[in-house]
Amino acid sequence: MEVKTIQEIEADIIEDFALFDSWEDKYEYIIDLGKKLDVLEDEYKTEEHKIKGCQSTVWLAASYEDGKVIFKADSDAVIVKGLISMLIKVLSRHTPEEILAAQMNFIAEIGMMTHLAQTRSNGLLAMIKQMKNYALAYKMTQEIKK
Amino acid sequence: MIVAELRQQFPVLGRTVKDKPLVYFDNAATSQKPQCVIDALTHYYSHYNANIHRGIHTLAEEATMAYEATRFAVQNFIGAASAEEVIFTRGTTEAINLVAYTWGRQHIAAGDEVIISGMEHHSNIVSWQIICEEKKAILKVIPVLDNGELDMDAFNRLLSDKVKLVAVVQVSNALGTVNPVKEIIKAAHLVGAKVLVDGAQSAVHLDIDVQDLDCDFFAFSGHKVYGPTGVGVLYGKRNLLEEMPVFQGGGEMIKEVTFEKTTYNDLPYKYEAGTPNIADTIALKAALDFIAGIGKDQIRKHEHELLGYATTQLQLIPGVKIIGEAKNKVSLVSFVVDGVHPQDIGVLLDNMGIAVRTGHHCTQPLMKRFGIPGTVRASFALYNQMEEIDTLIAGLRKTIKMLS
Repeated sequence: MEVKTIQEIEADIIEDFALFDSWEDKYEYIIDLGKKLDVLEDEYKTEEHKIKGCQSTVWLAASYEDGKVIFKADSDAVIVKGLISMLIKVLSRHTPEEILAAQMNFIAEIGMMTHLAQTRSNGLLAMIKQMKNYALAYKMTQEIKK
Repeated sequence: MIVAELRQQFPVLGRTVKDKPLVYFDNAATSQKPQCVIDALTHYYSHYNANIHRGIHTLAEEATMAYEATRFAVQNFIGAASAEEVIFTRGTTEAINLVAYTWGRQHIAAGDEVIISGMEHHSNIVSWQIICEEKKAILKVIPVLDNGELDMDAFNRLLSDKVKLVAVVQVSNALGTVNPVKEIIKAAHLVGAKVLVDGAQSAVHLDIDVQDLDCDFFAFSGHKVYGPTGVGVLYGKRNLLEEMPVFQGGGEMIKEVTFEKTTYNDLPYKYEAGTPNIADTIALKAALDFIAGIGKDQIRKHEHELLGYATTQLQLIPGVKIIGEAKNKVSLVSFVVDGVHPQDIGVLLDNMGIAVRTGHHCTQPLMKRFGIPGTVRASFALYNQMEEIDTLIAGLRKTIKMLS
């Protein structure tokens, strides 16, 4: 199975979004992604895994398998869940180095920049930061083991 | 009062958002400005900008007179006994902080009690928490009833001679509740406590008469009464202000400065250190004049109609629950929708050009009390129209459908 790079996955997403004519279509797609996001087990819905924005809450969990970081997440706001679903699609199952290098340009390209800019309003930017923190932590443990 | 005509005077209302006409329902956060206020600002900077109170040249005189004219306009607006009891600050938050750090520090001691309510905005919570912690005083909270009114029985039970201050909001920014502050002030005074009234939301909707209320302090913000940002008012009874220690040190608030000793200026300058926000303070008068020109009672009548209509329409939508159903409310309505996060609603409404506020509205303890992460809040001003509410309702129905 061919594994796509982060940039390739981002390009796919940008291509998908280019097909949308209206904001309704765009958001319906994101909401649908949000509804389909894998349920996060209760054990991860703790203070430790919480990323608080001003309005919505995001829970993020990470694990490390075969040199790849795997992310799981959830939110109480469904549009944020949809965006999280895309973030996971892009960043999950990649090496720490790839995750740390990711520019996340696709967010601006699909017109979702305001969701990032409102850093106080939702946990999205904080979540990306935290995902990169996890990647960095796994990278460090890798190096220590060497 | 013809709303359609008045709307013409507010340039922002003519814009589009995401190609849709703007429906501005976030007035409790800040109001839009009429052209006369915008003109007052540019006129000042174009014609007579100068530093005030100090210069003897013509521009300085003109600027000083315009600045002090606002002080008299505010005195009139709130019914203060003298203009010297009107102190200009940056806003309500700064006004409350000023009282906390001067009067608060001076009068609150270990074991004393400060009463606030469960519906306070963070600005009227945190300042008191800071002082209470510093002085080892105790902060007590008046509970909020399910309908969004204050539990006045509980309030009366909280009163004792240990209470030094009651700090309470006149109108809740999250619920719209109008609190019986006159009653609260009377009861507080009986036990020897002073009262600070947060008028940030009330100043634009209600007739304010600080002497009739007999409040010790009253604070409000210019930007919520169709005025500019960056200017607010602290009203305080003269005898209190005179004996309070100073707040910020600097020019203007002094009489004489030597390295050995400095004497302080009289009211109100004692609390207006440094070059103030001259332009915006001058423009505030234009806003107050604008309101007076229409008549607050006319505005209130219109707002009341908007509130009634919005409330009725919202109650017809399945899953919508209104938070804050006090008998006496100003024109704002907070609601939640079953199984839908307020932020999601706000985002989708924005795509329809509708501006509402979502979240905790800087009243986290209140949201916790109602067991919700936040609400969607639509707040109405003199320039809003029934048709806009129709747009909101239709938009909300569509939003709920998309999110279900």
